[in-house]
Amino acid sequence: MQKLKDFAYGALVPVLLLILWETGSRLGLFSPVLLPSPTAVAIKWWAYLMPGQAQEAGQSTLAWLLSGELLHDAYSSLYRVIAGFLIGAGLALPFGLLMGASTRIYDLFNPLMQILRPIPPIAYIPLAILWFGLGNPPSFFLIAIGAFFPVLMNTIAGVRQVDGIYLRAARNLGVNQWTMFIRVILPAATPYILAGVRIGIGTAFIVVIVSEMIAVNDGLGFRILEAREFMWSDKIIAGMITIGLLGLAIDTAVSRLNNHLLRWHRGLEH
Amino acid sequence: MSQIIVNNVQKVFKTPGKDVIALKDINLEIKQGEFVCLLGPSGCGKSTLLNAVAGFALPSSGEITVEGKLITGPGPDRGMVFQEYALFPWMTVAQNIAFGMEVQKKDKAEIDLTVNQLLEMLHLNDFRDRFPKDLSGGMRQRVAIARILALDSPIMLMDEPFGALDALTRRNLQDELLRIWNKLGKTILFVTHSIEESIYLADRIVVMTYRPGMVKRDQYVDMPRPRDPSSAKFNDLKRELGRLVMEEQQRHANDEMKLAAVD
Repeated sequence: MQKLKDFAYGALVPVLLLILWETGSRLGLFSPVLLPSPTAVAIKWWAYLMPGQAQEAGQSTLAWLLSGELLHDAYSSLYRVIAGFLIGAGLALPFGLLMGASTRIYDLFNPLMQILRPIPPIAYIPLAILWFGLGNPPSFFLIAIGAFFPVLMNTIAGVRQVDGIYLRAARNLGVNQWTMFIRVILPAATPYILAGVRIGIGTAFIVVIVSEMIAVNDGLGFRILEAREFMWSDKIIAGMITIGLLGLAIDTAVSRLNNHLLRWHRGLEH
Repeated sequence: MSQIIVNNVQKVFKTPGKDVIALKDINLEIKQGEFVCLLGPSGCGKSTLLNAVAGFALPSSGEITVEGKLITGPGPDRGMVFQEYALFPWMTVAQNIAFGMEVQKKDKAEIDLTVNQLLEMLHLNDFRDRFPKDLSGGMRQRVAIARILALDSPIMLMDEPFGALDALTRRNLQDELLRIWNKLGKTILFVTHSIEESIYLADRIVVMTYRPGMVKRDQYVDMPRPRDPSSAKFNDLKRELGRLVMEEQQRHANDEMKLAAVD
């Protein structure tokens, strides 16, 4: 009951806004080309979600239901985010561990990192197209860059803040360098690393939308740009809402993962 | 034959301005199975000496040997229990206890057996899959003790292990420690600034002076256990050691006042 009340309270402002918007549209206050009504957007969203063609003979109902344009776009975008993120974070994690653990490696690479870090991934677009052509590869490259730095910086910070008492306790138990790294330093740094992962995924999600506006012909970013060509503003907004929902889903999943991996952590209540 | 030999040990900490002599001319011989307390006020070098034996911070001169071997670094033959527990928070109670044995590449069945025995011995059975954050201070220190016992090291080093616990939990764990010591016959080197704790526990109390840290009194405690802290003999010794420790505490306090005046 309390949950329902909380939900109703949280829904208050969005619902009011929708009512105002719908009323304004019906009264003709907004041009339908510039700002279509919420119902028009909802109808478009539904059409975007549902299959475009009638079910073919021999096609299973499930496959047919999943054949809609929206699901295909969402899948394409998600695939790019995950692949690009894995490349970026996969490089950043070992590199960050090394830079955090060794001052010499840190001093060697830090100047370069500090110069590259402020360059927004978007600024790499021309190079990405020159180097990787069209299709998925330039997207992967841009997303990987977006994910790389947050994960790198947080991993370095995480390793550096590991409490010396754990290192002493581990040395007392007789651990070698490798075990120290894998079973003590890495887990002790996970709260920081996961904070970096969360920021990195967020960046990856921003970059995927931009990258889809340049070099590919599917995905949510491509679709809203395409809709603009035809002045389908209802479809633009439907696409934006889908982007919001997908972002929320990704963040919820990462947050769940966080809670599971950090269930030992003092600051975390669940 | 003595198990731990501390021979002419000095430790100097170089600080900007002046060097601090933390330990000076320390000579100690500790027999196997002996329960020795290092007693003194803050800054007397008792933890420095313990860290030197543990191998975390080696002496500036002189040497420490364990069973004839020179100490050159930390190792599982000298398990350490820290005041801050130092349990790995990402491991459960059972995983913390098992970790040292996994490092030594013991086989799985043996590890499981030992972990179960230690959980039993330290009354931790109900907590085996809990994380340290869910345990009280006393429980955490039980796990830390179990973790060291799992190493099966002949020597246990304890750095004010019960300092952060309330008085009742503290007495409880002291009794527990004596029971384990009796059963397993470990050599224990135990740092404390509590006079009563040292008399309650030790075979032998080494009172240290404030800067430079030297041995002020090497006192054997000739009382059968369990010792009664309210008995006359206990209190005579407490008064005697109290006088010695307070002399050093006074020098410590004077030093601090001087520092404050300079600031």
